[in-house]
Amino acid sequence: MSVELFVQYLFAGITYGAIYAIVAIGFNIIYNTTGIINFAQGEFVMLGGMISISLLPFMPLYAAIALAVLMTMLFGALLEICFIRWLESPGVLRMIIITIGLSILTREAALHLWGESIRSLPYFIGDEITTVAILGARISPQVLWVIAVCGLMVLFLSVFFQATSVGREMKACAANRRAAILCGINTRNMVTLSFMLSAGIGALAGCVMSPITSSGYDIGTGLAIKGFTVAILGGLGNSMAAVGAGLLLGILEAFSISVVPLAFKDAIAITILLLILFVRPHGLFGSSTAAGLKEF
Amino acid sequence: MKHRSVLFVIAVLVLSLAIIPAASAETIKIGAILAVTGPASFLGGPEARTLEMLVEQTNAAGGINGQKVELIIKDSGANPEKAISFAKQLIEEEKVVVVLGPSTSGETMKIKKIFEEAGTPLVSCAAAEVIVNPVAQYVFKTPQKDSYAAQKIFETMKTLGISKIAVLAGNTGFGKAGKEQLIKLAPEMGITVVEAEVYDAKSTDLSAVVAKIKANKDVQAVVNWSIVPAQAIVAKNMRQAGWDVPLFQSHGFGNIKYVEAAGAAAEGIIFPAGRLLVAEQLPTGHPQKALLMEYIAAYESKYKEAASTFGGHAYDAYIVAKAAIEKAGTDKAKIRDEIEKIKNLPGTGGIFSFTADDHNGLDIDSFEMITVKDGQFVPYKGM
Repeated sequence: MSVELFVQYLFAGITYGAIYAIVAIGFNIIYNTTGIINFAQGEFVMLGGMISISLLPFMPLYAAIALAVLMTMLFGALLEICFIRWLESPGVLRMIIITIGLSILTREAALHLWGESIRSLPYFIGDEITTVAILGARISPQVLWVIAVCGLMVLFLSVFFQATSVGREMKACAANRRAAILCGINTRNMVTLSFMLSAGIGALAGCVMSPITSSGYDIGTGLAIKGFTVAILGGLGNSMAAVGAGLLLGILEAFSISVVPLAFKDAIAITILLLILFVRPHGLFGSSTAAGLKEF
Repeated sequence: MKHRSVLFVIAVLVLSLAIIPAASAETIKIGAILAVTGPASFLGGPEARTLEMLVEQTNAAGGINGQKVELIIKDSGANPEKAISFAKQLIEEEKVVVVLGPSTSGETMKIKKIFEEAGTPLVSCAAAEVIVNPVAQYVFKTPQKDSYAAQKIFETMKTLGISKIAVLAGNTGFGKAGKEQLIKLAPEMGITVVEAEVYDAKSTDLSAVVAKIKANKDVQAVVNWSIVPAQAIVAKNMRQAGWDVPLFQSHGFGNIKYVEAAGAAAEGIIFPAGRLLVAEQLPTGHPQKALLMEYIAAYESKYKEAASTFGGHAYDAYIVAKAAIEKAGTDKAKIRDEIEKIKNLPGTGGIFSFTADDHNGLDIDSFEMITVKDGQFVPYKGM
């Protein structure tokens, strides 16, 4: 394999991987504060892309993206307030079914609102045929945008959880909900905040990836499955591990093309998911004792 | 008092019983199974809208033989299992006289047998040649054959001196059938397929596979065969990789939305398609021109979106069915016989002349090679 081809595969892999990682982090943020998997996570990505495309005729690109992210965050908060907040100690299964229902509802609403056609945002720099050469490989500048924005989001989140008091309060909810309540933290507001946060990062990822992958009303489910695989692969609840796992899965998928036919790409992701569930259910980077304390 | 209200209810029931069958006896029920949502919604959406518009027009003009047409559209979401259950529902419960659609070849192949057994005519809007070859008694299709599309592409390649090509195809019925046709016909036309890859119909990024085929320095041109939005992604990924070999697409590219989705990367794509896309540039007096211009104007003013060849396939399916029903009435077997007798019927895809052996009714001249220039479809006139 030539250096050029290697770099080309690598960048393709990092692009997929970064997007999977963002979706997985979205899963993790909500999992940490509520203990549930929010299967509507992929829909946030879809909404970010679709809303920004609809806003674009009325305002400049970056304003449209900012407003789309804010609107999706509001949507995330509304979902939590309307459907989840008022439940008294809901079971895991019930919560999963609620979020799957919300995911279907969002998708169908998007279908009626935007129709079935595929749209995309314009490229942030240049157009469809602008390329940058890196070590002989040629990639779109948008790929660099995706990687940079995802990297910054991860950085922002880690600073947010380490250094701000709100971030630490959210972490406290994740560590022990009852103790957090006793310390005077409003855990319900923290849950709402976690939905807003994961909606926001999902929406931003949806905007930067839109020029490359296009946005349609039905892209959410596929992303949710990949993101879920990555979240499990890294160890549920561990956001930094999700980044590693996301990049690993993306790069594996990209390089798999040189060995097996392209059509098997998704089969590889699912095979990895099954293997991990059988062999290391606590994830590549998780510890089994910590996993034993969790509800699932 | 109570007595009277019971009597009233009974009266209403009796009246409604009397009215309902009388009303339904006067309509002609036409079914349609279309992928209005899902991965093939680029096809099913315009098809469904076209049928709704045509039925409205027919009914406004007094219906067929004085009977109103009732259109029942089922959205299969391009899912063959759903198509099967809708096919049974339309035939057994709704008792339609003819079914138009499905949008995709995969679905059509799955329900072909059901229509043979039920003796109900099916006029498919899907393109794969296997639908009508071998011929099934009750199954027809309106899009041009994929073998003609492959031939047209190869002929164009020869004028450009291209002999080694890569083939990409989506993993749909249409993609697989097209890939087979290309590989089968290539040797006869003196062309070698050096790379062939199939990708998932829902793929959102194909840069890795483009990198793989680009690494093969023999490739002089790429043919992509799919109906899914990945068509636009292939174009984008190729140009982003700085690869400028000619890109050929199948007749599945005939929706201006794909060009919009690919943006600048769509420039120079060459593909075979019906004349709908270049209707304005046709010479006056061409048998299809008036009809195409009328359809495009009506569709675009009603739905505020560009007409596509896919809507055209539904248009053709409808006029074929309508022409047959005008002669045969509502007898399903007679409708089938009348479709086979249709000769020189101009449609959007070409001039239809069906025979007992040809359930497609179009010849290779129904295709025109088209290219993309400044974001518009224009007739291809050499490089």
